[in-house]
Amino acid sequence: MSQTVKHPGASQRTTGNVAKRYQAGVLKYKEMGYWVPGYEPKDTDVIAVFRITPQEGVDPEEAAAAVAGESSTATWTVVWTDRLTACENYRAKAYQVQPVPGTEGQYFAWIAYELDLFEEGSIANLTASIIGNVFSFKPLKAARLEDMRFPVAYVKTFRGPPTGIVVERERLDKYGRPLLGATIKPKLGLSGKNYGRVVYEALLGGLDFTKDDENINSQPFMHWRDRFLFCMEAVQKAQAASGEVKGHYLNITAGTMEEMYKRAEFARDLGSCIVMVDLIVGWTAIQSISNWARDNDMILHMHRAGHGTYTRQKNHGVSFRVIAKWLRLAGVDHLHAGTAVGKLEGDPMTVQGYYNVCRDGYTKQDLARGIFFDQDWAGLRKVMPVASGGIHAGQMHQLLDLFGDDVVLQFGGGTIGHPMGIQAGATANRVALEAMVLARNEGRDIKSEGPEILAAAAKTCKPLEAALMTWKDVTFNYASTDTSDFVPTVSVA
Amino acid sequence: MRITQGTFSYLPDLTDEQIAKQVDYALSQDWAVSLEYTDDPHPRNVYWEMWGLPMFDLKDAAGVLAELREARKAHPDCYIKLNAFDSTRGFETMRLSFIVHRPKEEARYKLRREESAGRLVRYTLERA
Repeated sequence: MSQTVKHPGASQRTTGNVAKRYQAGVLKYKEMGYWVPGYEPKDTDVIAVFRITPQEGVDPEEAAAAVAGESSTATWTVVWTDRLTACENYRAKAYQVQPVPGTEGQYFAWIAYELDLFEEGSIANLTASIIGNVFSFKPLKAARLEDMRFPVAYVKTFRGPPTGIVVERERLDKYGRPLLGATIKPKLGLSGKNYGRVVYEALLGGLDFTKDDENINSQPFMHWRDRFLFCMEAVQKAQAASGEVKGHYLNITAGTMEEMYKRAEFARDLGSCIVMVDLIVGWTAIQSISNWARDNDMILHMHRAGHGTYTRQKNHGVSFRVIAKWLRLAGVDHLHAGTAVGKLEGDPMTVQGYYNVCRDGYTKQDLARGIFFDQDWAGLRKVMPVASGGIHAGQMHQLLDLFGDDVVLQFGGGTIGHPMGIQAGATANRVALEAMVLARNEGRDIKSEGPEILAAAAKTCKPLEAALMTWKDVTFNYASTDTSDFVPTVSVA
Repeated sequence: MRITQGTFSYLPDLTDEQIAKQVDYALSQDWAVSLEYTDDPHPRNVYWEMWGLPMFDLKDAAGVLAELREARKAHPDCYIKLNAFDSTRGFETMRLSFIVHRPKEEARYKLRREESAGRLVRYTLERA
């Protein structure tokens, strides 16, 4: 007797009433195959969790299926051309929906994506899929991408940070303590020569780095070549005086890629160890300049300019933890990731979550810190997080306790605004930092003894004494907008 | 000016008692302590001379301090630094490194500027 032999995959295509499924017309996304409750994601799937706010009367599961559909293969109506593809394979699968604890009308939706949906080594392609379409989708009032899990096979298609924390420290010969930086202020208006003066004073006083701000490019008051020349004179002079490696993040952000390369090359020719770009240059430009940095032994500093437009509101946009993951894959060495205690947005636990994404070899699920998934970084180098914005020497114990050693602490106003001058401001920060690290290593409880430790160090350091006096009452105690809505007890499988 | 390399160069020179506490900390983290010395702490001089091998199996700060005393006696006019090495995957590098001995007279470096096309300068750091 002859037996019909089915080709592999044939059973998939013949399940259910296929003819009916592909009749012209409009079907619910749930019925088109984008809702697969109980689906167990494969190790090779990309997973995303969205926070969705469906319009009144829209079933949350249907809303989740719609997000899965619109971020993968679907359009608003049935198309017969699906039948020319292994469409089950390419459909993203919403597989779990849970109400957001304590927030009515919002749901977390888990969606799994087949690896074949993504081009290797391209954040542009990844983001075009995951956030390309769904955020303006009418059945949703709002949507937010909360977190993502990338399979190791996909991670390995990215080159990651050109330098990474370990190699950065080995190049700088600086170990065992956070690095210190400051952003030059006022951020606009200084001439190149005056600007370089601030760099020189701050580095000579004891900082490791100074920094251009995000909007310093090549304006009428200071063309970029002037800035580069004067800043590097300042860096080189401070290195000669201290015997320490120093750097100034030269912002090479420009209107075109050609111009960015030109500026990067000039920074290299002057002996700079680091350049910076702003997040607003876009993913493709970031990956390109990251390749350049690899080829030129350059540390790449990323200023997250503009991120607040989409990261801050809890109900809509993209969480910064996702942006941090994308940037680690794309390949940056430094990333501004918040301070928790300064002038800019950030709940301490949530901010620690961003730091872990930057620095872990393997990130464990950690709901209290907003981390939804285990993530194996597959040997990808680590990103040095940067804490910047409204912090000063008097908070040193809190900063060290929150973030540990692998962080750049940037005290802009806290250096340049020092009553005894910029050098003194820098020295105050460096002494405060070293005293705190020493005390922590000696086993003291810096969280509670911090102010005492600082006061003791100030006895032999006038600049620190003055800094503590000037900023003793400065704190920014506002409630954070972006906190984790998960309590650790909730199961998120 | 003082050479300010190392984790604690902006603090007054550490006493042996303070150094011992840092060694205790390093040992508690399972880091291997080593000593290195040089008379040329140029920032590009990565390879200082090793004072023996890293003390992988030493479990007591007293032993490190004894080695340090010997090293100081042998090289009073050098810089000596104490390193703590972490062999954990993902680090495999120094986690702490600070100067524990300085010569009476600090090394000094000067900047040599080679002027080039336009206003470009090529910088080199040389012993003063």
